[in-house]
Amino acid sequence: MRKKLMGVLWGLVPILLALLFTMVVLVIVGASPLEAYRNILLGAFESPEKMADVVAACVPLILCGVGMCVTFTAGQWNVGVEGQIILGAIFATWVARNLLWPQVPVLTLMVLAGILGGALWGAVAGLLKVYGKVHEIFGGLGLNYLAQGLAIWLIFNPWKPADGATMSGTDPFPGPAWMPHFRHLRVAPLAVVLTLVAVVIAYFLLQGTRWGLELKAMGKNFRSAFTLGVPSTSRLLIAFSTCGGLAGLAGAIRCSARYGRMIPDIAGGQGYLGLLVALLAGYRPQWVPLIALFFAAVGVGSPRLELNMQLDSSLGGVLRTSVVLAVMLVNGWRMLRARQVRRAVEEAA
Amino acid sequence: MKVELVDIHKYFGPVRANDGISMTIESGTIHGLLGENGAGKSTLMKCFSGYQSPDRGVVRVDGRPVSFDSPAEAIAHGIGMLHQDPLDFPQMQILDNFLLAFEDRILPDRRKGRKVLRELGARFQFDLDPDAEVTSLTIGERQQLEILRLLALGAQVIILDEPTTGISAPQKEKLFATLHRLAEQEGRSVVFVSHKLEEVEELCHHVTVLRHGRVTGEAEMPCPVSRLVEMMFGRNLPPAERVSVQPGQTVLRLEGVTVPSYRLQVQDVNFEIRAGEVVGLAGLEGSGQRLFLRACAGLEWVSAGHIHVDGQELTGASYQRFLDAGVAYTPANRMEEGLVGALTLSEHFALVDRHGSFFLDWNGVRERALKGIAHFNIIGRPDDPAAALSGGNQQRLMLALLPSHLRLLLMEHPTRGLDVESARWIWQQLLARREDGTAILFISADLDELLERSDRIVVFCGGQMESVHACDTTVEQLGYLIAGKGQTGG
Amino acid sequence: METNFLIQTLASIVAASTPVVLASIGETISEKSGVINLSLDGSIALSAMTGFAVAFTTGSVTLGMLAAMAVGALVALIIAFASITLRQEQVAVGFVLTMLCIELADFLGNPFVRRPGPSVSHAPIPYLSDIPILGPVLFNHNLIVYLSILSVVLAWWWTHKTQPGLKLQGVGERPESAFARGVNVHRLRFVYTVIGGALVGLAGASYSLSIKLGWSHRHTSGIGWIALAIVIFGGWSPWRVAVGCYLFGLLKALGSILQRNSAFVNVPTQIFSSAPFALMIFALLLLNSEGVDRLLALLPPRVARQLDRAIRGRSPGGLGQSFIQE
Repeated sequence: MRKKLMGVLWGLVPILLALLFTMVVLVIVGASPLEAYRNILLGAFESPEKMADVVAACVPLILCGVGMCVTFTAGQWNVGVEGQIILGAIFATWVARNLLWPQVPVLTLMVLAGILGGALWGAVAGLLKVYGKVHEIFGGLGLNYLAQGLAIWLIFNPWKPADGATMSGTDPFPGPAWMPHFRHLRVAPLAVVLTLVAVVIAYFLLQGTRWGLELKAMGKNFRSAFTLGVPSTSRLLIAFSTCGGLAGLAGAIRCSARYGRMIPDIAGGQGYLGLLVALLAGYRPQWVPLIALFFAAVGVGSPRLELNMQLDSSLGGVLRTSVVLAVMLVNGWRMLRARQVRRAVEEAA
Repeated sequence: MKVELVDIHKYFGPVRANDGISMTIESGTIHGLLGENGAGKSTLMKCFSGYQSPDRGVVRVDGRPVSFDSPAEAIAHGIGMLHQDPLDFPQMQILDNFLLAFEDRILPDRRKGRKVLRELGARFQFDLDPDAEVTSLTIGERQQLEILRLLALGAQVIILDEPTTGISAPQKEKLFATLHRLAEQEGRSVVFVSHKLEEVEELCHHVTVLRHGRVTGEAEMPCPVSRLVEMMFGRNLPPAERVSVQPGQTVLRLEGVTVPSYRLQVQDVNFEIRAGEVVGLAGLEGSGQRLFLRACAGLEWVSAGHIHVDGQELTGASYQRFLDAGVAYTPANRMEEGLVGALTLSEHFALVDRHGSFFLDWNGVRERALKGIAHFNIIGRPDDPAAALSGGNQQRLMLALLPSHLRLLLMEHPTRGLDVESARWIWQQLLARREDGTAILFISADLDELLERSDRIVVFCGGQMESVHACDTTVEQLGYLIAGKGQTGG
Repeated sequence: METNFLIQTLASIVAASTPVVLASIGETISEKSGVINLSLDGSIALSAMTGFAVAFTTGSVTLGMLAAMAVGALVALIIAFASITLRQEQVAVGFVLTMLCIELADFLGNPFVRRPGPSVSHAPIPYLSDIPILGPVLFNHNLIVYLSILSVVLAWWWTHKTQPGLKLQGVGERPESAFARGVNVHRLRFVYTVIGGALVGLAGASYSLSIKLGWSHRHTSGIGWIALAIVIFGGWSPWRVAVGCYLFGLLKALGSILQRNSAFVNVPTQIFSSAPFALMIFALLLLNSEGVDRLLALLPPRVARQLDRAIRGRSPGGLGQSFIQE
């Protein structure tokens, strides 16, 4: 019991450190930290509309975070999630623009196309890693830039709106391609359901199946896993495609439920945030929703800083990333202490 | 310089690696330190050379107690150690390797370094090119470089940890001549750590024997081997019995196989092994035997020729198809290539059951793990991570993970780093598989093991292979074959 | 006329490559000691912002450069502390720091966005700049550009010619061997990571105070990743890393010349802006892939070995691994 309590208390230390750090940053620019935190909190939770926004913002974070739990388990830094979101959105947009069908088939196809697009782009990163021996961080980043270039090209050329191309994106989708919202709130129940299903499936895949065990073995020691008979190449490609598929689903949801069109910045850094979520969750899908909720709340709450305090909303980003850094440092420090204590005990004995 | 180790204690948790060891090394002598693996030799030498500090006990140099916290301090006191795997910088030049140890100044004096290296080398007939890279050297030559470094730093006591593993017979002769010279002509002391009786017999003036972290005996050489054996093991070991099995059908056939690698080519190989046969692969590290063995498992790309397993053509097939055909492979670096340290024993058992159901039944897995643990005498629990096992138990785990029916077993160094008892036990298990019609192909650097266990030995030298019969070959003959008959071997 | 244009282009490539050169050399130094500083993209952004902000507020470019170096060194220090002392994964810490630095640069740099400010003044080196061709290409720039060229020469000289440089190589190559020779592995790794970080900080300053003046959102985006890839491409050797940087600068210059050419007016600009990254993947593909291995294996061993050395360098043996000093 006491041990559990200590665990919880230790879990709070990084959050406090991150708050402290952000406070210093705020003091540097001469703003009141408490006022800033209050604004973020209010910005995220003051009304049902805001709370719905937080839930909606969770969706892509959870999908990407869960996807990256899969690739991280396999020992891979899939930094290409950003590009995978974009490809998912591109595929979904193609469906929305070209298949003028009723809502149910169109949405189904958009979701599937999004998954396919993301999975394919993920597979490319996997292929580069497996056959090209290109480190997945560089491969993924390169593919992100390529995907970004492709998206902008599409929006400025074949998908140009009638009144000229701008960074605000394509024409809005036809009505059936919009994912229906819950009443007047900007959250699509279908997206939330799909996300929760993804979390549950990922959890069981990683925990209870041979496939999950194989990924774990590869992640811990790639060469030994291969010697023990894990077909690493195909598993790696599957892991990348699974993550890509989930990211692509996030892309489809973002353009269908959030913007109702394709925009150049459709990924919006969700891929990188998802990576932080997965890192914080320790690659365990069951923890992803909770952490994503925190990230989403900060994300939805911080634009209010610009309105009320003339501060840049990137403060939210500072807060989120410093939490992750603080977790790493505190964990490292606790392990260091444990080693020192063990050594001291051994020397005393 | 006379050195005394007095009452050295070193514990690791509950393990008493050194439990009150004392020994005296007189100057001008070669002092052997004998003992099985795990007897505490390495720990004692680490305490002696500054890598670890003893929990209790002192080191005295010429009667004065000294203490050091790092190998650099030890060498400042004149005590230097040569490791089994020489601690050098493979990708750097020999001269840079040599210079790196010296005093801090901005510009190294390369001319002087070169001169010292050449003069020292000439004294022992070492032929080292200062501009060559260390990667181009054999293990024996790397040891020579390390010896020169220690001497240049003024080492009066040189400790050698199992130095003869992985070096050729001529290099071994040269090493022994060097050690004699160091002790007898230059008055330095040499500590020779080994578990090989013959070498100690041939080389040393004085022997200390360890067992279970204590000194079990000391002797002036020469001394009857049986006495040394008794001190090492507490009893005399019977010689291993040879059982031949009538070989059955051909299990593996290689026709004109070429395994390319731009460091070394194994070219145009024809080879057959039959069911129940045991074939040993000998050769210096990097002579092609590992490429060959891995090619037999489908782990290396084959650019020409055909590989048949049980008559089925598997050239270019994936490792998985080789596994399906009843081939198994166990690498030498257990924790790097064989086992996943962070996974538990149970998880390993689940993992190797490649055609088991997609959803894992953890209870069933646990039962299988318990059975394997019991049958292979593994000291460990199903939920322990593999990294927590000792070396011998890791090797047992690798054996336990092999499928019960195999056609071909490919092993790298099946008993490296194991004590004599464990090694015997492992060979019992392996040889029992022959009854089942399994063919065994193994690499070893231990010539005795090769001669004792194989029906046939294939010697590799620079990618070329030559076959010899085990029963009518001696250790010396094999040693010369390995070193390449015509070569003088550095 | 023709030669003039050529000389001008070369000079502009040397100037424009300054940040990449400084960052790559800084990273080379820290990776030589065995520590991967993955935070480059963020460090550069934060130090570029800091450099500009300090120069803007104090009016002193020198102070701006020093502040930028301090920021780069501080980020590197965090990486060194987290990976060496706390034994956390270098790549993870580096990645998180990348993002943290970018967010911090955005937040703290907000008041300075698109403000005109001071810059490093042009300072041709007397006599040297009069040398034909070489003079205008190398010696007709400003202080930061000279520092970038100097950093290449110094890094090479230090790592390959000096005694402490040998130790630096040793620590990255095989820390346990270096330890056996009395080298304090942890301390050296700290020192060189921080020095490398300071150079990365200077790379940031060179951006905001010399190449792309001022500060704005995503001002330096992507350059850190290119620098990281070039270190691999250059095989951890300062000369070859520099060659990689200037080659990259050349390709970028070619790109912008082509882009202005009427024949390519229909080629969308996105192609040109994502080309460097496609190129990066391609270069890495060429260096490491199994296909290249197999091609090499078919050549005569001697030729293959030389070709192998020519196209790819070997990473320091202890790169990214923590060393446990007993």
